Amino acid sequence: MSSDTAGSGSAAGDEPTAESDASGADTDAEAPASATGRDDDAGVTATGREADEVGAHIDGTPALAVKNLRKTFGGITAVDGTSFAVEAGKMTGLIGPNGAGKSTTFNLITGFNRPDSGQVLLNGDDITGKQPYEIADRGLVRTFQIARELEEMTVLENMMLGPQHQSGESLWRAVTPGVRSSVKRDEEKVLERVWEMLDFFDIAHLAEEYAGNLSGGQRKLLELARALMTDPDILLLDEPFAGVNPSLENRLLEHVHELREQGYTFLLVEHDIDLIMENCSRVLVLHQGKLLADGEPAEIKADERVIEAYLGGEVE
Amino acid sequence: MSVRDYLDRLTGTGRADTDAGAPGDGAAGTDLGIVVGLMLAVYVVFVAIGVVLGYDTNGIVNALSQVTFLTAVYALVVLALNLHWGYTGLFNIGVAGFMAVGTYTMAMATAAPDARVPGLGLPIWAGIALGMAAAAVIGLVAALPALRLRADYLAIVTIALAEIIRLTYLSSAVQTFTVFGTQLGTGGGSGIGIEADPDTVVVEFLASVPGLNVLFDAFGSVLSGMGVQQSVINNWYYAFVLLVVVVAYYWLLQRIGHSPFGRVLKSIREDEDVARALGKNTRLFKIKSFMVGCSLMGLAGILWFGSYGFINPNTFLPQVTFFVWIALIIGGAGSNTGGVVGAAMFAAVLFELPRYLASIAGDTGGLPSAPPTFARAVGALFDLEPLAFVAYGIDNIGPLRLVLVGVVLIVLMQRRPEGLLGHRKETAASIGLSRPNRSRETTDATAATDGGEEQ
Amino acid sequence: MGIADNYSRGRRLLVERPGQALAAVVGVLLVLALFADLAAKLGSGALGVGDVVLLAWRGVVNGLVIGLAGVGLSMTYSILNFANFAHGDYITGGAFVGWAVAWLVAGLGEYDIGSLLSLGLGADVYAPQLGTSIFGAPLALLLGLVAAGVGAIAIALLIDKLVYEPMRGQDGIALLIASIGVAFILRYLIVFVWGTSVTSVADEAGGLRPTVGGVTFSFGYHELTLVVCAVVLMVGVHVLLQRTKLGKAMRAMSDNQDLARVTGIPTERVIKWTWIIGAGLAGVAGYLLILEAGTIAYSRGWILLLLIFAAVILGGIGSVYGAIFGGLVIGLADSMSIIWIPSDFTKAAAFALMILILLFRPSGLFAGRTTA
Repeated sequence: MSSDTAGSGSAAGDEPTAESDASGADTDAEAPASATGRDDDAGVTATGREADEVGAHIDGTPALAVKNLRKTFGGITAVDGTSFAVEAGKMTGLIGPNGAGKSTTFNLITGFNRPDSGQVLLNGDDITGKQPYEIADRGLVRTFQIARELEEMTVLENMMLGPQHQSGESLWRAVTPGVRSSVKRDEEKVLERVWEMLDFFDIAHLAEEYAGNLSGGQRKLLELARALMTDPDILLLDEPFAGVNPSLENRLLEHVHELREQGYTFLLVEHDIDLIMENCSRVLVLHQGKLLADGEPAEIKADERVIEAYLGGEVE
Repeated sequence: MSVRDYLDRLTGTGRADTDAGAPGDGAAGTDLGIVVGLMLAVYVVFVAIGVVLGYDTNGIVNALSQVTFLTAVYALVVLALNLHWGYTGLFNIGVAGFMAVGTYTMAMATAAPDARVPGLGLPIWAGIALGMAAAAVIGLVAALPALRLRADYLAIVTIALAEIIRLTYLSSAVQTFTVFGTQLGTGGGSGIGIEADPDTVVVEFLASVPGLNVLFDAFGSVLSGMGVQQSVINNWYYAFVLLVVVVAYYWLLQRIGHSPFGRVLKSIREDEDVARALGKNTRLFKIKSFMVGCSLMGLAGILWFGSYGFINPNTFLPQVTFFVWIALIIGGAGSNTGGVVGAAMFAAVLFELPRYLASIAGDTGGLPSAPPTFARAVGALFDLEPLAFVAYGIDNIGPLRLVLVGVVLIVLMQRRPEGLLGHRKETAASIGLSRPNRSRETTDATAATDGGEEQ
Repeated sequence: MGIADNYSRGRRLLVERPGQALAAVVGVLLVLALFADLAAKLGSGALGVGDVVLLAWRGVVNGLVIGLAGVGLSMTYSILNFANFAHGDYITGGAFVGWAVAWLVAGLGEYDIGSLLSLGLGADVYAPQLGTSIFGAPLALLLGLVAAGVGAIAIALLIDKLVYEPMRGQDGIALLIASIGVAFILRYLIVFVWGTSVTSVADEAGGLRPTVGGVTFSFGYHELTLVVCAVVLMVGVHVLLQRTKLGKAMRAMSDNQDLARVTGIPTERVIKWTWIIGAGLAGVAGYLLILEAGTIAYSRGWILLLLIFAAVILGGIGSVYGAIFGGLVIGLADSMSIIWIPSDFTKAAAFALMILILLFRPSGLFAGRTTA
């Protein structure tokens, strides 16, 4: 494990932060739930946690906060000084017309793009400019707008990839005779969780299938299940319901709600405004890279500016 | 214990407690069957052709040793390349360069200090270790900046790097040079002799091992009884050694592939962003994969070109890289067994068979002498002497063989880009991934009885 | 999908990289230092002005060949989206066809047709006997020039039909690998027909040797022919791409293939024209290269290929002017770097330059994709 985390933070060295050198340690300390392999206690739910475990952060510090985030691409400002916060254990929706900067915001939060200025705070820790893997390691995991399953890997392999810091991800452990048997033991633990998760999402019958052979909706399920295998605290879902048929959409929503009840925090980007309004406790509206509105669904629905932004932009 | 079980244990893919495994899970027994069956088929074809066309025993046995040698050395490089391309998706077409670094370093380390091209005079084992380390270091130097490039750019960078390496060894500036008061040299364009050439040294060493020497002698006396020359018998000894190394490579790479480490490599191949989003430090994985592959290429170069006893920069022309690539593509990138199959198909069918046929045809006669130029050969066609044209073709089997290689490559890319054995479910995990039988609440009684029911 | 994403990711990383500005500064300083060193060498008499001019001239001549051939590589790279590793063999193929025709015309009636087409492989006819220089056999050489272009075009179109057309939907890597197969086929068919020996096919033509201020310069007539032809062709390509609908369609396709198809651009026809222009220029470049060098060999184009890649990448893939500019830079670097580094390393230096460009500025020195 140590060899794989060595050198983390070096790439983010431009913007030193107080915590940058102790990334692994302090996540473990603050969020014991994010440690892997903690499925040894029998009878846990598929996702391996109870609600109160993650509730540790409901003490005023938002699970995720962005401050004055700004990003331009060759003169075009994609995100223009956005600030918002996501409460722990809640489902927050992020909406906005096409080109409002939703995906870019996601990329900035998860480290796929580096912001020109501004801050991203995860449980109060500055994670601005960190590498995606470091951010995922701290419990913030994303999915992609177009489901990016690993086509020529089976559903099982996709799922097995999820857990962080698997002992067998170290090359020497993977090959050295003797040591490898401990790798196998860890794999067996992961495997059990994988099958539980596949059962939870009702996709166990697809386990041996190549991910590339799944339907669009099944891929979305797989992607969410795979993200959960990393044992995250916060899930950023980029249009998780796009291209999913209504019955599968309902199932997916049920799962998401169930997970939220278990204590996961969700930030959802979605085109379907009704869906967001019905399922999120709080809604953020982005428009032209700026936060236009922030409030409960009822407030947002009544907000003139939001209506105008949508009518002035693209009707959907 | 069945062969399959044994191999499962050997490659570490099987599950200790059940024999079922998921369909397509490892299936090592079949894999060994494929490889052994293919080699036997190749041998049978070569012997049959030789016998039918009246080739002498020595010639046939020699051709077989040549096929075995080439299959083995190609398998080594292909397996290493498969780690780069098949597993990690790194488009490395600088293979020849990394082989050059390994082989040259070994040659320079083992050359005597007073040789024409002075070296360090180290024993062969040290030379091999240094060669592998040097190839890995050059791999690291290339990997650090280049691995983030898109695939086609990486291809251009690696081939350019390989050419830079080759041109450097070609340069007279480093023909001989002095570091820390020690004279060293590459030999420049005139090349460098391999003092401790692996085939003699390794075979001599093995022949001195008690027990093994009896085996070697028995094998040798059988062959020499059949009228096979000693040099050919020696070739066979070395071919055996290489086959053992192939098994070792295969074992190592199967272990890497069938592990969480290999799983991350595979995910990088499929979509690096996903791997990063799942918390994998992909850069580090890529660097490790690249370095391991490069050092294996270095060793393969030593065992292959080192055994010729002499290398020069033109040993490592880019087409060596392309040959290796073609072998990998024939077999199917992503599959280690496919890689070995591809190596055998390339070495035996595309490379050696045409040459073998031509040499038999040349030896046994019956054809008119070949016209000196293609134009004359075409002229002969007009004069209704097709045999003269055939003779020209046989005389020029070298280039025709490479035309065939190109045709095969294109047809494969068009019709079967996944190769002969591609798209196989070689599950990237250290264990079988079927539903664990001893999952507490759900399965209990049934699992105890046979455990195969859920399939 | 993966490639495009990787690409944009790579670009993003680079745009955000402050080190790039530093690299540019270092590059400029390095060039300045080299020129200062050159001045010092000239001042001390270690190097004559004539030597420098000769090297520069050789650089321009080679650079034009590289640039001319690079235009085609650059166009196919951006429009068909793959690095064509057979491009060097189109050059060689065109050269052999062109010279076989030139010999045929020059020696028809006097020598055996087979011997002429074999380019003297049978050691029964030689270039001096045929007088294959621009003065000895201008018509034969002109016809050879045309044949080189036409021959390369025919090869390229045939290969497109047989190899690339069935693969249109596949990704650039599959096409790249297939192009390696094409390269093997072309190169070794050439070997099958013309062998591996290096044969002299162009006769000596002499050159201008003006003396200015006591320094004698030398410009070969064949070199001058090459320069004139190359410049005329480059201007021609410029006009073709700027003034015709074809050029516009090509630009559109290199920017966004799907969009181009949707907007009704006949993509297949544009692809055919891309091959025609690209291969035609490659064939002519090969022919001219042989005219200037005097000798022909099966590996000529292949050896040149990496330098052409270097030029195309330097100028920015997809940019015609970039390819020409890149060709000149690479040609000059290859030829003039001998002033500062051992001659063994001049090619390595050009490759290293290409690697650095790929690492730090993969969009080329002229960023942006602008065919023409």
